[in-house]
Amino acid sequence: MIKTIAEINEKIGRGQAVVVTAEEVIGLVAKKGVERAAREVDVVTTGTFGPMCSSGAYFNLGHSKPRIKVGGGRAYLNDVPVYTGIAAVDVFLGATAIPDDDPRNRIHPGPFNYGGGHVIEELVAGKDVRLVVSAYGTDCYPRKRLETWINIKDLNEAVLFNVRNAYQNYNVAVNLSDKTIYTYMGVLKPKLGNANYCSAGQLSPLLNDPYYKTIGIGTRIFIGGGMGYVAWHGTQHNPDVLRSDDGVPRRGAGTLAVIGDLKQMNPRWLVGTSMLGYGSTLTVGIGVPIPILSEEILRYTAVKDEDIFAAIVDYSGSYPQMSPDVVGEVSYGELKSGRISVKGKEVPTASLSSYPRAVEIANMLKDWIIKGEFLLTEPVAPLPGVKEGITFKPLKERPIEE
Amino acid sequence: MAISKRVVLHFPSRSVDQPIIYRLVRDYNLVLNILKASVTPKEEGIMVLELSGARADYDKGIRYLQEAGVRIQSLGQDIMRNDARCTHCGACVVICPTGALALDPKTRMVDFYEDKCTACELCVLPCPPRAMEVYF
Repeated sequence: MIKTIAEINEKIGRGQAVVVTAEEVIGLVAKKGVERAAREVDVVTTGTFGPMCSSGAYFNLGHSKPRIKVGGGRAYLNDVPVYTGIAAVDVFLGATAIPDDDPRNRIHPGPFNYGGGHVIEELVAGKDVRLVVSAYGTDCYPRKRLETWINIKDLNEAVLFNVRNAYQNYNVAVNLSDKTIYTYMGVLKPKLGNANYCSAGQLSPLLNDPYYKTIGIGTRIFIGGGMGYVAWHGTQHNPDVLRSDDGVPRRGAGTLAVIGDLKQMNPRWLVGTSMLGYGSTLTVGIGVPIPILSEEILRYTAVKDEDIFAAIVDYSGSYPQMSPDVVGEVSYGELKSGRISVKGKEVPTASLSSYPRAVEIANMLKDWIIKGEFLLTEPVAPLPGVKEGITFKPLKERPIEE
Repeated sequence: MAISKRVVLHFPSRSVDQPIIYRLVRDYNLVLNILKASVTPKEEGIMVLELSGARADYDKGIRYLQEAGVRIQSLGQDIMRNDARCTHCGACVVICPTGALALDPKTRMVDFYEDKCTACELCVLPCPPRAMEVYF
C-alpha cells in the first residue's frame, strides 16, 4: 500500500480524508492491525505545547516621518530589548530577552516576570506595545529618538521564527544535591524530591516520525494557532542518538526550525512564560500532520507512551558540568503515572509540557484537514537523517593570547 | 459538633501588642495551626490559621476576635487560579504540599481543590504562566 501526498490532498478536497490524532491511532491499530489501519487512515495529526526558548519574532515597524535608522541603534518593546543589527526598521525580538532593569538573579531565585515571550503574547492578543528607540542619526535617517505605541495590525510584517522547537524527546530532570535548584526544567527539590519532564510523548510530532520520513523543509504545520511551515532543521538537530528497536530516540534528538505569520496566530497558543530563577520564555503550540504514505509510516505513528523512553539527568551536577552521565531511563507511560522509581526511591513527577493542550492542537489540526481548510505539502527537502554526518558538538574553548 | 476551618485574620495595627491568639486558645478551648503569619508592630498583621474545636466554642471565639477588632476572611477565596492563564502543564503538582493542585489521571488536567489549599503560596512563582493569584 503506497499513497502519495497528492492523492491524500485530493481526498481532503473531496471531504473524504480519514484523519485521526496520534493518540487515536494507537487504539485503531490495536483494534484493526497495521495493514487495515494504514489503508483506512490518510493523515495522523500530532501536537505539542511546551516552553520553547529558541523562539522569537521579527517585525518591520514601518518608517517614521522623518525617518529613523533603528538598525545599529537601541530599541525596546515594553522595555524588552530587541535586536537591531539589521536594516533600518527591521527588528528581532527573542523569547528570552528581559528588560535591562530586570533584577535577574540578584536575589535568587529571580522571578523573571516579563520578557520577550510576554511581549509576543501581548502583540498577538492585539494589545498596544510601547516602542522606544534611540539611534545615531544619519543624513538620510536624521531622527535620533522615537517613542510610540505600536500594534501588530499596523506592522508591515510580524513573523514568528523559532530556530529550535518541537524537540524529539527530552531529558527528565532531577536534583541529587541537598538544596533546591531553579532550572529551565522547573523547581527541582533536593535529594530526588521530584522529576520534571517536558514532552507530549506519544502525541509529539517528531516522536511519531522518528526517521523524518514525512516531515521536512516546507511541511505545512499548525504553529501558535495559525498555519506555518518547517523552515529548516532546528539548531542542535542531532539524529544520531541512542534509539529503541522501533527507531524512537531515547535521548533529545531531532528539532525543527519553524516560521509563520504572527498576525494569524492566537495568544492561547503563544503564552509568555516565567521560569523561576532561570528566565522568561515562550510556551508554543505546534502540530504537524503526518501523511500515511505506507504501512511503515503508520506503524511509527502508533507509538505509545509506554514505548518511549527518556534519560533521567541530574541538573545539580552532570547537566551544568556537561557530563554525559544519566541517572537512569524511564518511559513516558511511567512518567505519566505520577511516580517513578529512581535509585530505589519513589519520586513524584511533573510535566512542563501540557498534554491536554497537545490533544487540543492535534484535534484542531484534524478538524482543519477534515474541513478542507488545511492541505498537506510535499517537503521540498528532507531533514538531515541518521548517519548523514550531523554531530552535536560542544564548544571547544581556545585561549585568546594577546 | 466539632468544626475545623481555615481563616485569614487581619489584625489592626493597634491590636498587635495584645495576646489575642493566646486568649483564643485558653478562653475558647480552640486548637489552632498557624499556616502563615506576618505580624509587625504598628502595622496591620495577617495570620492564616486552621481553627478546630466544638462548634459553640468556635462561634464564641470568632465573636471574640471580631470584638477585638480583627477582620476575618475565609481562606478559599485567597488563592485563586486564573483559568484563562493555566495551561494545565502540571508543573505545580510536585510543588503543592497539600495536594490542592493535583493531576486528574484521566483528563490530564490540573484540578485545584480550594478546600485543601492552605494559602502557603508555594505554587505562585513556580507556575510557568503565572496562573496562581494571591488575594489577601
